[in-house]
Amino acid sequence: MQGITRRQALQAGAAAIAAPALVERAGAQGGFDWRRFRGERIEVTVQLSPRGQFLQRHNAEFEELTGIKVGLEVVPEQQHRQKIIVEYASGRPSFDVTEISLHVNKRQVGKARWNTDIRALLADPSLTAPDFDFDDYGKGMVTYATQSDGRLDSCPAGADYFILYYNKALFEAAKLEVPTTWDAMQETAKRLADPSKQVYGHVGRGLKNANVVLWSSYLLGTAQRDMIDANRQLITDTPDAVWAGETYRRFIRDLSPPGSIGFNWNECQTTFMQGRAAMWVDGIGFAAPLEDKARSRVAGRVGYAVVPKGPGPQHHCALFGAGYGIPEASKKKGPAWFYIQWALGKRNQLEWLTSAAGVPARSSPFRNEEAIGKSHFPREFFQTLEASAKIARAGLPEIVPVTQFRDVIGTALTNTLGGADVAAELKRATAEFRPILEQSERES
Amino acid sequence: MPQDAVTLARPAGAAQAARRRNYARRYAWFVVPAACVVIAVILFPWAFTLYVSGFDWHLGSERRWVGLDNYVRLFADARFGWAMLRTLFYTALAVVAPMLLGLAAALCFHRRFPLRGLARTVFILPMMATPVAVALVWTMMFHPQLGVLNWLLTQVGLPPSMWVYSADTVIPTLVIVEVWHWTPLVMLLILGGLASLPQDPYEAAKIDGASAWQAFRHVTLPLLAPFIVVALIIRSIDALKAFDTIYVITQGGPGQASETINIFLYLQAFAFYNVGYASAVVVVFFAIIMALAALLLWTRQRVRVT
Repeated sequence: MQGITRRQALQAGAAAIAAPALVERAGAQGGFDWRRFRGERIEVTVQLSPRGQFLQRHNAEFEELTGIKVGLEVVPEQQHRQKIIVEYASGRPSFDVTEISLHVNKRQVGKARWNTDIRALLADPSLTAPDFDFDDYGKGMVTYATQSDGRLDSCPAGADYFILYYNKALFEAAKLEVPTTWDAMQETAKRLADPSKQVYGHVGRGLKNANVVLWSSYLLGTAQRDMIDANRQLITDTPDAVWAGETYRRFIRDLSPPGSIGFNWNECQTTFMQGRAAMWVDGIGFAAPLEDKARSRVAGRVGYAVVPKGPGPQHHCALFGAGYGIPEASKKKGPAWFYIQWALGKRNQLEWLTSAAGVPARSSPFRNEEAIGKSHFPREFFQTLEASAKIARAGLPEIVPVTQFRDVIGTALTNTLGGADVAAELKRATAEFRPILEQSERES
Repeated sequence: MPQDAVTLARPAGAAQAARRRNYARRYAWFVVPAACVVIAVILFPWAFTLYVSGFDWHLGSERRWVGLDNYVRLFADARFGWAMLRTLFYTALAVVAPMLLGLAAALCFHRRFPLRGLARTVFILPMMATPVAVALVWTMMFHPQLGVLNWLLTQVGLPPSMWVYSADTVIPTLVIVEVWHWTPLVMLLILGGLASLPQDPYEAAKIDGASAWQAFRHVTLPLLAPFIVVALIIRSIDALKAFDTIYVITQGGPGQASETINIFLYLQAFAFYNVGYASAVVVVFFAIIMALAALLLWTRQRVRVT
């Protein structure tokens, strides 16, 4: 038997050395080339939230998949909004991917054309993985992220609905049903209150600015529903707006703990967690801390329901949302788009849902019965999400000076808690904000 | 001869002056790094702020030159006026209370007693804490239903308070945090002054039969006056600039009940992105602080002369 020749040995060695590259290339040709931008580095900035922390924990997975290095920055929500606007305005943002609060910054970012239109990236098969499946995104979320001129300058990431949290133990003890209208909720709150034990029927945001989203939740239940009309005129002093203001005042002044005038979501959360409030209407993101046995006295006894209905013909809950965008000024749009595809891919969005880190913008996670069944959150929570998605409507007007709107209307609402007349306060606030909105619309 | 001396002296003086000039010229470049830093971090931002205050400029929109309109608008803005009044009220309380308590504490810690060192250390601990962390802890303590302060009040038979959750009590309550945090600084400044006082005037006062109060009133206070004025200047400027504590605890609320100039400025600049208007607020506020500092420095000078 003849031994191996030197030539054969060299050929075999060369083949062995070339094999991984050939296999990788073959794989890339057969599927999507995730490693196309390997060796590059991008900067990503997201808000401090369970979603942001999730991305932080799994960052290495993306780096391993693509070979792209990621500098990930996680900043508290309010500071994050300010930071990105200041950086955008400088013309040279330090980031290649950013999270955007659509309910706050969408119009401002769109008007200034700070972000790139991702439709071109979506249409490029060499840049968009086949399994990214943009059709999986709910139509409502895509519409919510789309600018008025049709540009899609952020990829929808997640939604936040206002829902009703209730303390099951208190309801069971009083043998009461979960209310389905705002009026019934007031009656229920009265019956559940026990001030001698410092237990109150309701808790909600009273702090200026933060309180507007509660008022808008009531307004969404009226025939008027919105805060600006089709001509983009302010309609915040109408009879429906006044009804919402009076409802707000009754809930906060008469049915909530003393001092609620200064409560933001964190004080509300603490009060509800300690079992001192029977009902709380706020964003979906609080389910995780409320069900945390180490921090919450009501863990395992929290009920979830869609917000009650108002006097109007439609039933709505307030919708807020976030998207991920790529600055027009970024020189690394390709790697940045890869990051967005990974971050908002099907697997991660499913994880967000089952860990109650947020409501995904995709539809497929809601259809994954197996994963939902394994989640430690009750089925009622997921049912509430699904029902809320069907009735969601923007909880804040889509205008540039939305923070100033919240400030002016929020101050008026706070003044009503101190005894001021609701109609007069809303009229004054509307007159104060109207020229600000008009100037902003002219500049648009 | 005198004429000669003068004649001779002149060239010598001129040479010295020339040497001095040469010396200054030779080392002038050493000033450049410091001058660059001052220009970059003080002068340029100031000049730019002044320039921007002449524009109607919202971030993301076009700038429009409006001259002094922002200043005219500012003085007609009732919200700015109220913010100014609240700032003055807050500053007055946040200066007077720590000054009195700090002086009392300094007099107390100046005396010798067992474990004085430990007591001094414990007293100055609040000053070491980060303002934001302090504010978060106080926020929890102020909670009307779950806070420890209302629990303490009810334990001694007093009714619970709304603390920062009521427009009526919010500013005095915020001042409590400020007093707790910054009284140790005043105490340290005055204690340093007390340690440096000469003993002779006290001996003279004792020989003259002065009581303890008379010695304090006519010896200690006049000698301490320069130190008290320094503490007053530092405290006044700090109180005027107070932002972090107020922002973390109340964000200017309830309503606008604790909205001081700094909160107003922050909202205009970073919540409403009204950069031109916010710059005008900065200019006016800077002028106020400078005027106050000048007044206090002038007072200090007068006290020293006296």
